[in-house]
Amino acid sequence: MNPQLFQLICFYAFGFVTVASALAVITLRNTVHAVLALVLTFFSSACLWMLADAEFLALALIVVYVGAVMVLFLFVVMMLDIDQEKMREGFVRFLPVGLIVALVMLAEMLGLIGVRAMHAQLMGPNPASVAGVSNTAWLGHALYTQYLLPFEIAALILTVGVVAAVALTLRQRADARYESASQQVRVNPRDRIRIVKMAAERPAGDVPPAPQEPRP
Amino acid sequence: MITLSHYIVLGAVLFCIAVAGLFINRKNVIVLLMSIELMLLAVNTNFVAFSRFLGDVSGQVFVFFILTVAAAEAAIGLAILVLLFRNRSTINIADIDSMKG
Repeated sequence: MNPQLFQLICFYAFGFVTVASALAVITLRNTVHAVLALVLTFFSSACLWMLADAEFLALALIVVYVGAVMVLFLFVVMMLDIDQEKMREGFVRFLPVGLIVALVMLAEMLGLIGVRAMHAQLMGPNPASVAGVSNTAWLGHALYTQYLLPFEIAALILTVGVVAAVALTLRQRADARYESASQQVRVNPRDRIRIVKMAAERPAGDVPPAPQEPRP
Repeated sequence: MITLSHYIVLGAVLFCIAVAGLFINRKNVIVLLMSIELMLLAVNTNFVAFSRFLGDVSGQVFVFFILTVAAAEAAIGLAILVLLFRNRSTINIADIDSMKG
């Protein structure tokens, strides 16, 4: 089979799965199912990116999104106790508005693209293989030379994100019993025990004191 | 033969689905966050297609940064969501109107 025709068939297959699962994301009743549909959307989009020879980004999409962000979404969805029926109340009421806005936007965008698409714009050769390196090396070279400062800023943004997420969700519970390590280290033995000097033996003939009542 | 228009049309369709999702799921904050992720995905698809079409690495570098920022945004958004649910016991947008904006 002609490899270019095969690529086109693959594009349509992955594109169909992407669009169908994106529709499932916004229409499914159960939020957990919607998150799983979003995972499928990301996965088939990664396949589409791979068809466009962006291998590194396709794998990064799978690792970062499917592996990390979507799992975070699933955790939160399962942690929150959501009343599914109540969440769907406005669905039918807002459906026509949403459909009209989305279809008008789509028509405008497709019209704009259609004007440009009159002369077929083929993708051309893979720029990374023209340069004689792999896609990862091609991207990494640009990232660590020309875009080094934005790269460092991205790292800073991630750090701020981690600190913000922890700071937002951390709470001190009043009823929690926890041990403070610094208090344990700082404790002075004299505060805890008192050493009393007394005779080792009691003189004979002394009446022992009555046993005390055990305190409740 | 895959052309540039194939990818742009796909990106436009994904973006419009996400906009429709924002409109029809007015109650559930989690679905709103997922719609925003879909929008970013549509934009990223356009970036990848144009990077390939123009033979320019900048598009793919930009997708890399969008992925980074989107991950941070999702983490903070979900943290706010957890905080909201803890304080209000709801994630219904209609109930979150104390600022009367």
